[in-house]
Amino acid sequence: MEMLLPYLKAFAVGGAFCALGQVFIDYTKLTPARILVAYVVAGVVLGGLGIYQPIIDFAGAGATVPLTGFGALLAKGTREALGEKGLLGALTGGFTASAAGIAAAIFFGLIAALLFRSGDKS
Amino acid sequence: MTKKASPNTKSWRNIPLAFLIGGLICTLGQGLTEFYRSQGLPKDEASTWASVSLVFLSALLTGMKVYDNIAKYGGAGTLVPITGFANAVVSPAMEFKSEGFVLGLGAKMFVIAGPVIVYGITAAVIYGLILFFMGAF
Amino acid sequence: MAVRKGNTLFLETAPSVISYGAVGSKKESEGPLAAAFDRLWEDSTLGEDTWEKAECRLQKEAIRIALEKGELSPKDLQVIFAGDLLNQCSSSIYGLRELGVPFVGLYGACSTMAESLAMAALFIEGGFGERAAAITSSHFCSAERQFRFPLEYGGQRTPTSQWTVTGSGAAILGRKAAPPYVRAVTIGSIIDMGITDANNMGAAMAPAAADTLRRFFRDSGMAPADFDLIATGDLGQVGSDLLREVMEKEGCPLEGRHNDCGLMIYDRERQQVEAGGSGCGCSASVLCAYLLPALQRGELKNLLFMATGALMSTTAVQQGESIPGIAHLVWLSQEPGGK
Repeated sequence: MEMLLPYLKAFAVGGAFCALGQVFIDYTKLTPARILVAYVVAGVVLGGLGIYQPIIDFAGAGATVPLTGFGALLAKGTREALGEKGLLGALTGGFTASAAGIAAAIFFGLIAALLFRSGDKS
Repeated sequence: MTKKASPNTKSWRNIPLAFLIGGLICTLGQGLTEFYRSQGLPKDEASTWASVSLVFLSALLTGMKVYDNIAKYGGAGTLVPITGFANAVVSPAMEFKSEGFVLGLGAKMFVIAGPVIVYGITAAVIYGLILFFMGAF
Repeated sequence: MAVRKGNTLFLETAPSVISYGAVGSKKESEGPLAAAFDRLWEDSTLGEDTWEKAECRLQKEAIRIALEKGELSPKDLQVIFAGDLLNQCSSSIYGLRELGVPFVGLYGACSTMAESLAMAALFIEGGFGERAAAITSSHFCSAERQFRFPLEYGGQRTPTSQWTVTGSGAAILGRKAAPPYVRAVTIGSIIDMGITDANNMGAAMAPAAADTLRRFFRDSGMAPADFDLIATGDLGQVGSDLLREVMEKEGCPLEGRHNDCGLMIYDRERQQVEAGGSGCGCSASVLCAYLLPALQRGELKNLLFMATGALMSTTAVQQGESIPGIAHLVWLSQEPGGK
């Protein structure tokens, strides 16, 4: 049981972030693209205010995998880079922290686009 | 009158499905993180590797024309996790390849996901400036 | 020559539809009208390497079949009126460029089949030629690419959204003492009731459909009961309900005479098409696969074919503009007009 606890927490918290997104889709005029933008910005704000880190400590991937986690990562990177490089860190921190995710999306995206072709929906 | 004639979305089905599928993607992320930690990686790096792995899986499933079929049921459950970000990068790259590798694939790759980076990075820069001028550093 | 009453032109020289062809793809082959199509492709690429080329091919095949069935060659046509949903009507242009027939490109969004049919009928009525063709097409994938999202993007469709038909219909008009005859044409006006949701086009088009019907009944002195069928183009379930409700309120109930091509072409329960089919190819293929043959066989005696269009520009919608609608009406009949 002890072994399963981190998974249950990740499932519950991650699921809750997604269910909230679905509420926005179904009950507001927000388009999916706007919801993603809102999630990332909310992540930066919550991360900046120090509210998000406790959620990550509790739920692990349940908090880092949703895009709010991406936003919190940007905030964390900025704060750390600011400490090391001063004002320049405000510009370098975000990209440095998110570099792996973005580069992976670009690289794998390019490979997938070269290998595959889009298909009709059914 | 238009409102009355237009059927509502099936929220009673959509929201639990988003919870379930989104939750499962995060659980998979947790499993990947634990795996990388068991290989001796520090916590932060293990988490990054887990994200990169999810991005890879999403790109693969998008390429194999599977991701959009999961998303039909998953809704926000496939949109909000980082796999949704990857899908938003990969799908236009595949779609607009027919308009060329530079102006098609290359230029259109961020047509959907671009705003996430634009506003995410902007928010981070503003956060950095606030911290700097508050004299925190 | 045609007689104009109000906004309706009544044709007196009895132009008739002498041949027609309808083509579609997989989704259409799974629908209730599958058997009526001249040709259906299981693979919606039609063996082409882009979706746009596949759509051009649909038009090319539809006109080829219509010519073949009428034992005609391209040089027998004096003009072709064509249109589609893509920017600069590119499917029509590239699909028909090898025909060598004088070409008029039309844009009326999903209303284009009624628009081109009306133009072809008036061309014959005016005595400007012996034969004129009307053709339109749409393709689910090329429309998704231009108006919505990449095909592999994981998005959910809302229940009011409609499914673009992959298909094309071509009709050749001329003079032949055989039905179906074109009796009258009502050119619609642009009607905008302020709908801004691009996923609810049926609602944006319904007021235009009601407006055109109102004008036609006023000009002709006829009533819904004089027709076997009033076939709208692609209002879908939402727009159809709205149209019936509006007409009922205005004291002109459609009395079960109304059906919508977007509801006829697919089985909504089974095929996951949400509110129904849409696109230029929807009304065009249903007209040429099902409605025209039914008129010819005498199963339908009088038909009002009214294709509806949401004159939507993605740029204008992003700038916050609402979606104007339009509906053109063509009265097709077993009996010739005039005296």
